[in-house]
Parts: sequence; C-alpha cells; structure tokens
Amino acid sequence: MAAASAAVSPIIQPRPLSRTLAIFLKEAKYEFLTRLRLRAYSLATVGFPVMFYVLFGLVLNGRDAAIGSTHFATYLIATYGTFGVMGASLFGTAAGLAAERGLGWLQVKRASPMPPFAYFAAKVAMAMTFSAIVVALLFVLGTTLGGVHLTAAETVKLLGTLVVGSLPFCAMGLAIGYFCGPNSAVAVINLIYLPLSFCSGLWVPLMFLPKLLQRFAHLLPPYHLAQLALSVFGGGQNESNWIHWEVLAGFTLICLGVARIGFQRDEGKMYG
Amino acid sequence: MIATLQDVQHQEYTPATRPLVAQLHGVTKNFDQIRALHKVDLSVPAGELVALLGPNGAGKTTAVKLLLGLTRPTSGSVRVPGGNPVQAEVRMSIGVMMQVAKVPETLRVREHIDLFSSYYPSPLPLEETLAIANLRDIKDRIFGELSGGQKQRLLFALAVCGNPDLLILDEPTVGLDVESRRLLWDQIRKLVADGKTVLLTTHYLEEADALADRIVVINHGEIAAEGSPTEIKSRASGRRIRCRTRLSVATVASLPGVLDVQTDREYLDIRVTEAEPVLRELLLRDSTVSGIEVTSAGLEDAFLALTQHNSNAEIQGRN
Repeated sequence: MAAASAAVSPIIQPRPLSRTLAIFLKEAKYEFLTRLRLRAYSLATVGFPVMFYVLFGLVLNGRDAAIGSTHFATYLIATYGTFGVMGASLFGTAAGLAAERGLGWLQVKRASPMPPFAYFAAKVAMAMTFSAIVVALLFVLGTTLGGVHLTAAETVKLLGTLVVGSLPFCAMGLAIGYFCGPNSAVAVINLIYLPLSFCSGLWVPLMFLPKLLQRFAHLLPPYHLAQLALSVFGGGQNESNWIHWEVLAGFTLICLGVARIGFQRDEGKMYG
Repeated sequence: MIATLQDVQHQEYTPATRPLVAQLHGVTKNFDQIRALHKVDLSVPAGELVALLGPNGAGKTTAVKLLLGLTRPTSGSVRVPGGNPVQAEVRMSIGVMMQVAKVPETLRVREHIDLFSSYYPSPLPLEETLAIANLRDIKDRIFGELSGGQKQRLLFALAVCGNPDLLILDEPTVGLDVESRRLLWDQIRKLVADGKTVLLTTHYLEEADALADRIVVINHGEIAAEGSPTEIKSRASGRRIRCRTRLSVATVASLPGVLDVQTDREYLDIRVTEAEPVLRELLLRDSTVSGIEVTSAGLEDAFLALTQHNSNAEIQGRN
C-alpha cells in the first residue's frame, strides 16, 4: 500500500495524431453549426453583401454597365466579395471570442483536454466557410442575373483568393475579441468594419472617391484584398500583387501579435 | 521514519492511507496585490469525495483553477494524475464542471456532449452520459431552450462524459431547486461508488455534509478546518438569536458565549456558540425581551465559530 503522500501518476498516453485531427474537425463542424443557427450572425453575414450586390451591382446598373473596360457587375463581385469575407471573419471570430471569453465558456473549454489551438482553428475554419458561401452566392447571382462571364480558372482563383484573404481579418477579429467585452465587441467591429469598407472602395469603386481617399486606401488591408480579387480578371489598379500579399501578411502578423498579448494577459489574470 | 506531529494529524483525516490523486502543496496564489490563497495544503485521496467548503470569495475557485492548470501558483506545487495540468493532455483524466455565465446556445444537448466526449481517450457512450445526467428526453433540444436545472445537468454531463478518474465540480448545485439538487447528489454518490475520485466545492454545509468523506473548510484563502463531516459539524454549531430588547448592544456583546452583535432596525442579531445560556441571561436581565427567534447558524456564523475554536491557526481577521 502506498503511503498517504505518494500521488498516483498513471502514464498519460499522448493522443494519436488521427484523434487530434478528429477533434479539430469536430470542433470546426460544431463551431459552424453554432454560427449557422445564430441567425443574427448567419443572416447578416450572408445577407448584407448579397443585398448590396443586388442593389448596386444588378438593379442600379444594367447588365452591360462598365467602368472603362471592366464590367460593373463583375467588378462588384470582387469588392462586395471582399466586404462579405471581412464581415464573416470579423464578426465570426471577434464576437464569438469576446462573448465566450467574457462569459466563462472559453474557460470551460480550456479546463477540458481540448487542444487549445483547436478552438481558434475552428473559428477560422468557420469564418472561411462563411466567406466561401458569400462569394459563391455573389458569383451565382452575377452569372445568372448580371451577365458576369468568368472562366472556370478565374472563378476558382477568385474564390480561393477571397477565402484565403479572410485570414488577416480572422486575425484582426481575434485581436478585437481579446480586447473587447462581450457587449461591446459587435459595436466596436461595426465602427471599424463599415468605415474601413467604404474607404477601401468596397461599396463604391475607388475611382469615384476623392483623390485623397484613393491614396489613403493604400494604407488599408481590405483595399489590398480587393485589388488581389480584382486582378483575377484584370480589373484592379495594375499594381504588383506581391505588394498586396505582403501588406496582408504583415497585417496578419501584427494582429496575431496583438491577439497573443491579449491571450497572455487573460492567462495571467484568470481570477477566482 | 519518525512521524512528526503534522503527519499524525494528517493521518487522522485520511484513516485509509489511500494514494493521493490530486494535491495542492503549500500553495500561495496572489493576483496583483490580492492574496487569493495562502499556504494551502489540499489532498484528494483516490476514491474519496472531498468537499472544499467556504463562502464566496474564500478561494475555492482559485484552488480549482490551479488544479486544472488554468492559473499557476505563485509558490508551492500542484499535482494531478499524469503531471502538470497546464498541459491539455494531462487533463484527459479529469472531468470538470465550472461556473459559466453563458454556453453557446444554438448547439443541441447531444452535440455538446459529442464534442466534449471527443476530447477524451475512452469516453462513455452518448446514451450512458445522457442517462447519468438525466438528459435523455431532451437530448435534441438546443441549449438556449433548457431550464436552469437542465443547463446545470448538461454541464454535469460534460464533466462525466469522458469517463475520467477525477471529477472536479465547482459549485455544481448552485441555482438548483431542492429536488434537482438531491437528484444530482444521487448521481455524484453513484460516481464515488463506482470508484471515481471527486473534489467538490460548495458554500452549503448541508451539501458537504450529505456527500463528503472529508470536508476542508476554506476562508480568506486559508484552510480554516479539516475533518470528517461529523467533526466539522460539531465545530460549526453556532446559533443565531434575533430579538427585541432594551439592553444595549455593548451589554449583550459582553454576555458570555456571544460572538457578535448586529442591530437590524429595532432587532438585535446575536451570534452565539450556544443559544440556551445566552437566552437565559437575556430573559433574566430584560423582562421585556420579545420576538425571539433562534436559528442555526449560516455558513458565515459557522466560520466564525470554527475560526474561534482554532485560535492557534492564525486565522486572518475579517476585513
């Protein structure tokens, strides 16, 4: 019989990779279901870009409207696509994280044996899925009602660019989620999201904005994602795509750094 | 080896020398300027139910968080099966029920359980978890539609679904009605009968008494008392007398056996170790005493009584 002071130390078997992978998938699946059923999120995330696209891309201008050589309805798939990706990513990660962090659910997850990274990966996967849904819907609407003609290769490239482009905004969402309370997160995101979208030329094409704003747009990450999307069919400002990718990568790293500070602050402060 | 006095005292509390499953050893935890725990020793032997009993803010949740690796001790050591609980994989042998203000409301009961089960190496089948937590009839409901008691039962299900050896239940029956509380107690007893080890925190002496093999009383971040439920109850036998009297507060406070006197409108609230001698004295000195009520002490009073008995334990004064 062991003495009273000897602690039992069973050997903990490390989790096999396949099981870890299964947890990541399950976590992502349920994160997606959680958000899909939360109509405040799913309807707004999908609804706003689609509504704007229908109003400004399809109703307001005819099938043949064009800016220079660029077909208007095609151009707006890229910009409203960027707008939709941003919304899905920011609201998906920041609002969820701020609420779950502030109201104790994240702590329950952190006390469980869940691999901590699975929690964040699930949020990003969910945001990317919603991003893909929004872009696909815009594409279907544009093709059927707006006279948009994209080759299969262009379609895949546009979708891929925008879905990968949700990463910087997921990172931004995590940073916001770590520094906002459960009640203020949505308001803060709206305050950032809407002006940022306008100034990056996502609502009204950049060439219709004042010169000063056109120059200012170069400082904004959504502008760079929109330019990458536009470049798929040659509708952008003809700048090097490398610059756009570099700006987005740099922005992602900065946001992840800020999120990490928030994460560590939380870990140190957990209070009882 | 020569047993020190401390060893002997320790043996008294764990008569069956069972191996320890979880342990806080000399743990101090400070948050900024606030001292949450001070030199706390807490041992949870295998197969026993240990209740950590204390008022709100006593440090119970901090102790739980330390055992779960959610926070690190300022000094001292924390042990759970398999090593340091800061690593997620070490927590595969621990099931936990924590206080949470909001759970994602759009997932169904069975979905929540399915997800948490996947974190563990050999979880219980879904049906068994549903049966233990009495959730069978509502397994397809989304969380937001559950009543308070049902929500609490789901959180309990998430603690047991992984079939862990050690269960840590932080105030599991808070906010439950009497019947739900008793049902949950039955389930907790069954877990212990099945050989599980349980650490439970509560601020109900009644709950600790009903469930625990051993009660550890914590107050102001320090262990105030430790022993079997019978031992603790006998030491926490304070009473509260409420009455109208012409006697001054100072006079009443000077009576032997009076711990504390508070005025509450025209009434006096008197905390005493034993009611009868004080009542006799009161009636003798003031024939107009009226509206007498004697109640058994709440936990706060019990702590007062416990800490007075423990004069050599250097209990920190009330703030």
